[in-house]
Amino acid sequence: MARVRVQEGPFDAAAETAALVAGRTDIGGIASFIGVCRADDGLAAMVLEHYPGMTERAIARIAAAAEARWPLAGCTVIHRFGRLLPGEPIVLVLTASAHRIAALESCAFLIDWLKTRAPFWKREEFADGSSRWVAAKAEDDAIAARWDRAA
Amino acid sequence: MRLLYFAWVRQKVGTAEEEVTPPPEVTDVGRLVAWLAARGGGHAEAFADPRQIRAAVNQEFAGPDHPLRPGDEVAFFPPVTGG
Repeated sequence: MARVRVQEGPFDAAAETAALVAGRTDIGGIASFIGVCRADDGLAAMVLEHYPGMTERAIARIAAAAEARWPLAGCTVIHRFGRLLPGEPIVLVLTASAHRIAALESCAFLIDWLKTRAPFWKREEFADGSSRWVAAKAEDDAIAARWDRAA
Repeated sequence: MRLLYFAWVRQKVGTAEEEVTPPPEVTDVGRLVAWLAARGGGHAEAFADPRQIRAAVNQEFAGPDHPLRPGDEVAFFPPVTGG
């Protein structure tokens, strides 16, 4: 059963990793992805909006899809919302398995599907006071779709 | 029926949520979008191009053909951009 959290505050990747392996001796590898707020085009802050309730359900469903597809010993997804500054972590994905391939592939799958199937919306704020909503990228849909073809 | 709006859809409509009672012929998500667009003002602006709008019914993604029932929670938003 995946650990899923949607929160405004920061997360501690080391503590989450330790929690994932605590008391286990069957884990041979842990893969991690941390999405970070990048300062493109003079970005001052990124504001993430989400759909409370649906967000948790959607992430749990994506995690369940990963668990059905790879033999995972554990899985953690933490996604932040609210106002984030450049350099701040946005999302943490951890996957643990007996072997590396399952951990690495499922970690990539989770972040690809999170980007296209979890109800979050990013708004970029700039130093001059202007702001704009980030448009969804067709490229992200194509990347997520490669997991459909491989299914 | 409870409607929720997110991101620029919320900004254009001018509210995050509202209760509506559509007429009986509004039986699915696509017809609800058309009905909302016909209300004019911010709704017309938000729903001007239905291709830019995604929906969820009772917190599950739903296409234009998804049926609606009284009491449903229906959300409208742009394509998602998390991760």
